[in-house]
Amino acid sequence: MRYLPKSPADRQQMLRDIGCKSIDDLFSPIPAEYRLNRDLKVPRQMAESEVIEYFRHCAETNAAGYAVFLGAGAYHHYRPVVIDSLISRGEFFTAYTPYQPEIAQGTLQAIFEFQTMICELTGMEVANASMYDGSTGAAEALLMASRITGRKAAVVARTVHPEYREVIQTYVQHQDVPLSECGYLENGRINMADLEKQITSDTACVLIQSPNFFGTIEDIAAVAELAHKKGALLAVSIAEGLSLGVVKPPTEADIVSMESQSFGVPLGFGGPYAGVLATKEKFVRQIPGRLVGEARDKNGKRGFVLTLSTREQHIRREKATSNICTNQALIATMATIYMTVYGREGLRELAEQNLAKAAYAAGEFGKKGKVLFQGAPRFNEFVLQTSEDPYQINERLLEKKTIGGFPLRKFYPELGNAALWCCTEMNSREQIDAAVKAVAQ
Amino acid sequence: MSNQDIKKATRHVNQNEPVIFERSSPGKKGYRLPPLDVPPVDPKKALGDCARQDLGNMPEVSEMEIIRHFTRMSTWNYAIDLGMYPLGSCTMKYNARVNEVVARLYGLAEAHPYQQERISQGALRIMKTLADCLLDITGMDAITLQPAAGAHGEMTGILLIHACLKSRGNPRKKILIPDSAHGTNPATAAICGYAVENLKSNARGMVDIGALEAQMNEDIAGLMLTNPNTLGIFEQEIHKIADILHQKGGLLYMDGANMNALVGKTRPGDFGVDVMHLNLHKTFSTPHGGGGPGSGPVACKKELEPYLPKPIVVEKADGTLGFDYDRPQSVGRVRMFYGNFGMHVRALAYIMANGPDGLRQTTEDAVLNANYVRKKLEDEYELPYKSASMHEVVFSDRQQAQKGVKTGDIAKRIIDYGFHPYTVSFPLVVPGALMIEPTESESLEELNLFIDAMKAISREAAEDPELVRNAPHTTRVSRLDETAAARKPVLRWNPGKAQSAGE
Repeated sequence: MRYLPKSPADRQQMLRDIGCKSIDDLFSPIPAEYRLNRDLKVPRQMAESEVIEYFRHCAETNAAGYAVFLGAGAYHHYRPVVIDSLISRGEFFTAYTPYQPEIAQGTLQAIFEFQTMICELTGMEVANASMYDGSTGAAEALLMASRITGRKAAVVARTVHPEYREVIQTYVQHQDVPLSECGYLENGRINMADLEKQITSDTACVLIQSPNFFGTIEDIAAVAELAHKKGALLAVSIAEGLSLGVVKPPTEADIVSMESQSFGVPLGFGGPYAGVLATKEKFVRQIPGRLVGEARDKNGKRGFVLTLSTREQHIRREKATSNICTNQALIATMATIYMTVYGREGLRELAEQNLAKAAYAAGEFGKKGKVLFQGAPRFNEFVLQTSEDPYQINERLLEKKTIGGFPLRKFYPELGNAALWCCTEMNSREQIDAAVKAVAQ
Repeated sequence: MSNQDIKKATRHVNQNEPVIFERSSPGKKGYRLPPLDVPPVDPKKALGDCARQDLGNMPEVSEMEIIRHFTRMSTWNYAIDLGMYPLGSCTMKYNARVNEVVARLYGLAEAHPYQQERISQGALRIMKTLADCLLDITGMDAITLQPAAGAHGEMTGILLIHACLKSRGNPRKKILIPDSAHGTNPATAAICGYAVENLKSNARGMVDIGALEAQMNEDIAGLMLTNPNTLGIFEQEIHKIADILHQKGGLLYMDGANMNALVGKTRPGDFGVDVMHLNLHKTFSTPHGGGGPGSGPVACKKELEPYLPKPIVVEKADGTLGFDYDRPQSVGRVRMFYGNFGMHVRALAYIMANGPDGLRQTTEDAVLNANYVRKKLEDEYELPYKSASMHEVVFSDRQQAQKGVKTGDIAKRIIDYGFHPYTVSFPLVVPGALMIEPTESESLEELNLFIDAMKAISREAAEDPELVRNAPHTTRVSRLDETAAARKPVLRWNPGKAQSAGE
């Protein structure tokens, strides 16, 4: 086996040194009746070329070279080549969690820079080293709000990503956290009157998403005011992080849970991505997950360490803020490199291109169907209602190597033949025009 | 001790590099966008009050500086690629490069999770094939690939137990957890609404069967057991443990963190485990990446299958693959989409590169390496539990502590010898623990260098304890003041507090 660095003679010598006759002696602690005396039923050992051939075949039976108009929580953006070039350095990707700071300063400084960039983007004061993704981050935000306020219940907007809401449901099912849902208005924004009714004296948290699942940007300040008036916290979930290039950060929120996939992370059929939680400094001791902080060595030299770990499971065990251990460090590093490449000007320019593409597309598609949720600002997604079933439209688009919008009927049956379309900098005018033509057939 | 004992490493210059914000100056750019081919939109007009003014301190740097910045930082890390990384229970094995190549193939890396199933057959085939392999490896009946990490898998598994027992009539109140367990186990039980009850181990470092019999009752939903446990010891009475739980209506959860000791040699499903998670980032070589991403598939017996998270991958009547969302008894979703698919690709590539013979040899080499280290160091370091070791060995610092040298000091000193330390002060049942897991990836030469280094440090501890207590001496920063860092946490870079360039 080509990964194993021992010759048969090495193994014999080691067994002799240990004082064993055969390798079987070392497995004698396993009771004989449970020892596996056959080969595992897995594919036979393959050459590297065969492994590549197998996966190349798999990749070819997947879509490649299609125009993509899907967003809905996973966004198709250009990935600068320096990202993979840098994270492919073995020093980054074959290192463990930086528990030994003297020989992990590379990872630690990268995460410190990630935390700083997330603070700058979201308008929060502290950010953690990452969560699994946006959905689990949103669930952890609710539990965090409950610890801070001592209250239990949460109100979740129906315009939060439906799969995020499913994950939240799973996370809180044994935590005694009553969940209620808040509807939306004709303009796509949260129904404030409904929200006011839902918030009770036991509401720890209001969770909204912005841009929400329909692409509509919420009035964060107004929702925050209402939540705070009733003693609840506001948690804002952001699925499309690039929106922050042009959209005002949710500074009025108490907790921000962001999915960082848009920042240079491949779509990768849904993962790995990286979530992150950001909050106000006064809540830092209730934030779950790892945190990197600045430290000094005995010579006064600056370095970085994992810090405030008394919140975490390896110290607090069942009293920890969360059970999270392994997070998404390398993906956070990808996002850090991406944010560095585009930076202060580029993120704005890129977000403006997304805004322009989606505005153009909404205008063109609007000639063939009805663009819902007018009257509130949007970023790079919009909902198109058609007379024809969007599943049928999408079948037709596939023949033109185009992946159409996300049909909404499964999660929002009240919207009928509606689909969520997304346009990023990756969608050319030509692609948009061709898709509009195909939709109208 | 002279530096002649240090054979693996030599000091060399490495570059200073400030945080990126200290490199930034207005007007520098690391990107260029293609020209916009649609009419531009004025954000202030389109977004009104929601328009952003500026992006604060986000960096402005050129591509050349970005490459140097991250490359310089990378050189400050230790990594498997540089040498032995013997962190116990972390399984720091070689991360094959072909895995990285196949995970980046166009068609896999660019697949949108909501694209139609008929243009996702390749991705679904990979998930299904990996699932089938893992089922045979574990001896279980059903599996989900959705959990994103080990602790996430634990949560999924305990939710399955809760749902299963609830359907039997009573979800029960408590989970038993051995005193040697990883901290995620009790934290997980708490998230799932269970109280934690500690289970003591016996003098051999295994579950105390008598204590288990006495503690097991109708309030206990199950036992979370790591096997081999965190002492590296196989629970020889595993089936008795399972029987005791089953007789009183409980279920056995296995933390699969240490599966690298078992693959191809024995199967948890055969020795009585009801549900377990695997860490693809440990046993199946997906990279740890400085702390993630991981992947924590959960495998279970038939009775628990209806409760698995949705969706699951199924083969349809026409032979194509698809997702089944229609699972009314499911515990729900634990993550959006389908889990860390990129890790599924890498794990399957690892399994294919090994085959059944390679996987077995891998396990044998991992166990051989741990036992070799044990044999060579047992005269220098105290071995608190004498039971046979599987893939890792746990020593204590008792002898060295007499001179004031603790496990944490020895760990820092081994850095000077060119190694990453072992796992320090864990498991908690061993005071001053040194938990060493070499994995199969170490050659005899590398093991011997490590053994020589550990012996040299033991001598240093006796002859010059200060040298060890002040280690490391060769790193770019010495021991950092973690207490001060936690007292006044600085968790982000702030303008105005800029350092002089370099440091």
